[in-house]
Amino acid sequence: MNDLPTELRYSKTHEWARIEDDGTVTVGITDHAQDTLGDIVFVELPDCGRQVAAEEPCAVVESVKAASDIYAPIAGEVIAVNTALRDAPDTINNSPYTDGWILRLKPDEPKALEALLDAAAYAQLVADES
Amino acid sequence: MSFIPHTPEDIAEMLAVIGVSAIDTLFDEIPADLRLKGLENIPEALSELEVTRLMQARARLDRPLLNFVGAGAYEHHIPAVVWQIAGRGEFYSAYTPYQAEASQGTLQVLYEFQSMMAALTALDAANASLYDGASALAEAVLMAVRANRQTHSRQVLIPRALHPAYRRVVRTLTAPQGIELIEVPFARQTGQTPVAALAEAGIDECAAVIINQPNFFGVLEEVDALTDWAHAHKALAIALVNPIALALLKPPGEWGAKGADIACGEAQPLGMPLSAGGPYAGFMCCKREHVRQLPGRIVGRTIDRDGRTGFTLTLQAREQHIRRGKATSNICTNQGLMLTAATIHLALLGAEGLERVAATCCAHTRLLAERLSAIPGVKPCFSGPCFHERALSLPAPSAAVLKALVAEGILGGFDLAQDYPELAPALLVCATELRTADEIALYAERLSAILASHR
Repeated sequence: MNDLPTELRYSKTHEWARIEDDGTVTVGITDHAQDTLGDIVFVELPDCGRQVAAEEPCAVVESVKAASDIYAPIAGEVIAVNTALRDAPDTINNSPYTDGWILRLKPDEPKALEALLDAAAYAQLVADES
Repeated sequence: MSFIPHTPEDIAEMLAVIGVSAIDTLFDEIPADLRLKGLENIPEALSELEVTRLMQARARLDRPLLNFVGAGAYEHHIPAVVWQIAGRGEFYSAYTPYQAEASQGTLQVLYEFQSMMAALTALDAANASLYDGASALAEAVLMAVRANRQTHSRQVLIPRALHPAYRRVVRTLTAPQGIELIEVPFARQTGQTPVAALAEAGIDECAAVIINQPNFFGVLEEVDALTDWAHAHKALAIALVNPIALALLKPPGEWGAKGADIACGEAQPLGMPLSAGGPYAGFMCCKREHVRQLPGRIVGRTIDRDGRTGFTLTLQAREQHIRRGKATSNICTNQGLMLTAATIHLALLGAEGLERVAATCCAHTRLLAERLSAIPGVKPCFSGPCFHERALSLPAPSAAVLKALVAEGILGGFDLAQDYPELAPALLVCATELRTADEIALYAERLSAILASHR
């Protein structure tokens, strides 16, 4: 089984979301997602200041196999992006939950996070898909 | 896999499985009035012998005409060896490669083509060709709108002195994406697109400015000033260039202070016969920073684990098999065979040979313009410097003059009255390295006689 930190929330489209102490939400893709995509060669990051709706495509992760949209798990404003990924996109492969984070949102409604899956529910989703 | 057509039994069996009585039922959702009722006006089948006789009779109606038309498709000398090599089975049958290991020979040709085009345009990267020059320009516009991070504008400035067919193709392919093309007029005196005309378009920001060198009238634009204006207004500069002219002119990558961002054009002058308008090949090059927005594919050179050189598809970020439904390029294939010919043609000519061809075209067109302008009533439309085409105004209706010239065995030029009524009556004429002084003299003599009879 892939690595699944229990303190995170997960979307059905394989993003994880972590609420930070300052109320912002960090977003990345799961270990399962990076493993499925294979070697990641490019990440297209959004502009800071962009307002995104929940489930709206807000970034693109490109592997040697395919380009895949990253969907915002909750609505909010993009306040930071992981610019280190521009030079080292494979950081997502090596460290999906820490150094490989993709963007940070200022959520419109922090409680919206509770509607996302917890680790157990996401594990079930992955198991059902395979 | 064998490709054997379905027998009636196969079809009946398949329909039975899905529980449908007739094939037509599968197309029920297409309104009846949109469906083809059979081919009308198509005669009964002929035997091979009958077809051969018919084709030979038709071929006899064709006769070679002395060609003074350019207007985007140019008659150049093609060394016999170009198509002798391009026609070899290994190249002739190779479809655009998707797999890295598909064909090292084909991949190497694509790589060489990219390298030559990047060198000709002085830009960092080139793709492995597009359908033709017009669709390459349309793709360049789409690319510029995507790549421009400085503005959200979807307006693009396009010169009126740009090929009318190209303008129509760009409009067709970009309008559905909400891109607005704003036409910039040319100066009636010089035939150039003045920088002031860009400012007069009256917009603060635009996504891109298209700069055509030489423009449709054969006139050379002030590309440095136009490029700098584009960059000063947050726009990308798209160069539309003739590859032969690049042998003599400053390459797009060196235009203005920062260079054009994208260069594209028609590769037909590089070893492709006129062939009634196709197949041709488009090329596209760009700066490194925009390479991920480049449509099509890029072939790279690498080494395998034993240290041997190999070629592989390295980048095709906008294509359907990578991006699926989100693909941003409509170009799913390249013109592999055409660019094979272009690569061989360029390799044979070399930089020096290409320069010689360009200089000869330029000199022949100058001679042609001089001889024709000596005829009473014929004069150049524009004062701007030209490459290998000239617009000439006539003292008689251009369509009638061209028709009379054809009767004399001469294709006298492109009738500008069709697309530029403000210039009528006028012709766009071209003399490549293939037109001799005698042929030019013959044209002048016949045109003179025809115009005399019109007075």
